[in-house]
Amino acid sequence: MASHEFLMPSLGADMEAGTLVSWNIRPGDAVKRGQVVAVVETQKGAIDVEIWQDGTVEKLVVEPGQKVPVGAVLATLIAEGEPPTAAAVPEKAAAVAAPQPAVVRPQPAAIPARFRISPAARKLAEELGVNVDALTPAAADGVIGRADVERAAQAAKAGAPPKPGDWQAQMRKAIAAAMAKSKREIPHYYLGSGIEMTRALAWLERENAARPVTARMLYAVLLIKAVALALREVPELNGFWIDGAFQPGPGIHVGMAVAMRGGGLVAPAIHDADRKSLVQLMDDLRDLITRVRSGRLKSSEMADPTITLTSLGDLGVETVYGVIYPPQVALIGFGRISERAWAENGVVACRRAVTATLAADHRASDGHRGAVFLAAVNRLLQEPEQLQ
Amino acid sequence: MKGVAIKTTYREAMRAALREALQRDPRVFLMGEDVGRYGGSYAVSMGLLAEFGEERIRDTPLSESAFVGAGIGAALAGMRPIVEVMTVNFSLLALDQILNNAATIRHMSGGQFSIPLVIRMATGGGRQLAAQHSHSLEGWYAHIPGIRVVAPATLADARGMLWTALADPDPVIIFEHALLYNMEGELAADAGAVDIDKAAVRRAGTDATLITYGGSLGKALQAAEELARAGISAEVVDLRTLRPLDDATIIASVSKTHRAVIVDEGWKTGSLAAEIMARIMELAFYELDAPLARVCSIEVPIPYAKHLEDAALPQVAGIVAAVEGVVRGKP
Repeated sequence: MASHEFLMPSLGADMEAGTLVSWNIRPGDAVKRGQVVAVVETQKGAIDVEIWQDGTVEKLVVEPGQKVPVGAVLATLIAEGEPPTAAAVPEKAAAVAAPQPAVVRPQPAAIPARFRISPAARKLAEELGVNVDALTPAAADGVIGRADVERAAQAAKAGAPPKPGDWQAQMRKAIAAAMAKSKREIPHYYLGSGIEMTRALAWLERENAARPVTARMLYAVLLIKAVALALREVPELNGFWIDGAFQPGPGIHVGMAVAMRGGGLVAPAIHDADRKSLVQLMDDLRDLITRVRSGRLKSSEMADPTITLTSLGDLGVETVYGVIYPPQVALIGFGRISERAWAENGVVACRRAVTATLAADHRASDGHRGAVFLAAVNRLLQEPEQLQ
Repeated sequence: MKGVAIKTTYREAMRAALREALQRDPRVFLMGEDVGRYGGSYAVSMGLLAEFGEERIRDTPLSESAFVGAGIGAALAGMRPIVEVMTVNFSLLALDQILNNAATIRHMSGGQFSIPLVIRMATGGGRQLAAQHSHSLEGWYAHIPGIRVVAPATLADARGMLWTALADPDPVIIFEHALLYNMEGELAADAGAVDIDKAAVRRAGTDATLITYGGSLGKALQAAEELARAGISAEVVDLRTLRPLDDATIIASVSKTHRAVIVDEGWKTGSLAAEIMARIMELAFYELDAPLARVCSIEVPIPYAKHLEDAALPQVAGIVAAVEGVVRGKP
């Protein structure tokens, strides 16, 4: 009876609105949970948006090119076994029942001032591939016209330096907002721990020796798996701080901080990292990095990491002091794996080791639990064959 | 004769069209107030009585309803009457005949009867004839299904529209703006019938389209000239036929320039200008780079005093300002 609403997802706590770039579906199409149905342009680039319910598309509410706030209805669908609605008035309860990732919730975002652009300018922008959100009107009336689009297209052709307002600047703004919120609101505590990596690396080298070059694994997957399994033991680090309370994550989705070419940073999720084999994690990681570089991430990856992992070791960093990405409650950092003088059983030996750090939200957990977590990571990395 | 141009006026071109029609088709006759002995209130039919005689150039009593009705009857009976109504305001007395008979009989007879009638009338202000003789009501007639409405604005159209209108099996109303009769210019010596279906681009341009007809065409062209000196390239579309409107030409022009100003001497409320704006919005919304604008008569009974009449009617300066308004965003 009721149609279910497919909403503009929040692809990060800092997102207020997104522009629908294109639909992959049409009214009448059958859709499956997890299917990529649309592309949405955000401050972090174009994101493939998945739908979270099986059903049949009833109506596409938002047209490509429209910018709408988070929580706005993008489309309606009819769940399996339900007749099409006569009136497209959705029932509230049905809309709420539509399964959504925990963090994807309509936010009471302020409705932005109406974006004023002439119909011809919007059409031309689509033809020339100009991002209208980045345009600034030349005329005093503040309306973007064809001339503004033509100017932007010419500037882009001439390889002009990016002007303020383009997506890189937008991303900088987004990172600034999120990090400022983090430092303003989250009482961080920091713990660090040296972890001996000799056994883990030796095991990995043996594993890789038996594999073709293309199937070899990076040590990063050992870290991801160890972190994911350790989070099972200390679940209060895995989740979100929302409305003054901790909400455990619906799974262990490890956000991998990846630097983007040309600047900026995203941390898309590897879903259910604790339940995946190392081989699967390696595949996921490779796929994720490729798509970050090409700017084609999926909505769920952007929206629902339950913790962030950042590794800056390849640049020689010893220790990472992380800033938590709200509304997450913890960030795990790994520095460089280096040979160190390692004292053990009264003997100083030369061992390969890494410094793992935890930046955690003191509202959600205490130092003791953080210490338990790092100890678990350490323990797990000493038994690499168990991580498979 | 082809290619040879002669100097003539709109009035003379109109008279030449009448003469040709009377010569070519014995079913054609002209009737109206003062069209015979007086030679027409705008001297269009001057000399035709002597040339064609009283049977074919017929003076009528001062009763628009009667002689327009007689024209309808004659058309029903197989004649090809040309009825001249002195000015559009007098046509209101014949509106019942036009709206309820001329426009409907084909439909009400299931296509058994047609009314091949042509009604000519003068329209428009600008001659200090005050509120009762300065109307531009062609937009009202363009509202009526069952008739065709044309507005010759050039010598060629004054010369060529009448014969095509007579060939139309349905009623055609020709609106002649009274200020045009003295317009001089050159016309091909062999000028003849022209189509009454298509609008015409009278001046090509790229920045904005001026859409107009009849007595306002000259003002629009003059405005385009002034705009060109200011670096704005205005295209001028002459509607020519007000019903049915030639959407294709209008939309093609607006799709090129992305901006449009409609110039219509009618009052703007419920006007032809409003209809054109609506069609552009329906058919070319995604081509528009600025809101549409229009220059119409001020919504007052047209004043007698010269300065007030000038202020009430569309003028070149107002057209220039309206175009500048819609191209303001242009770099």
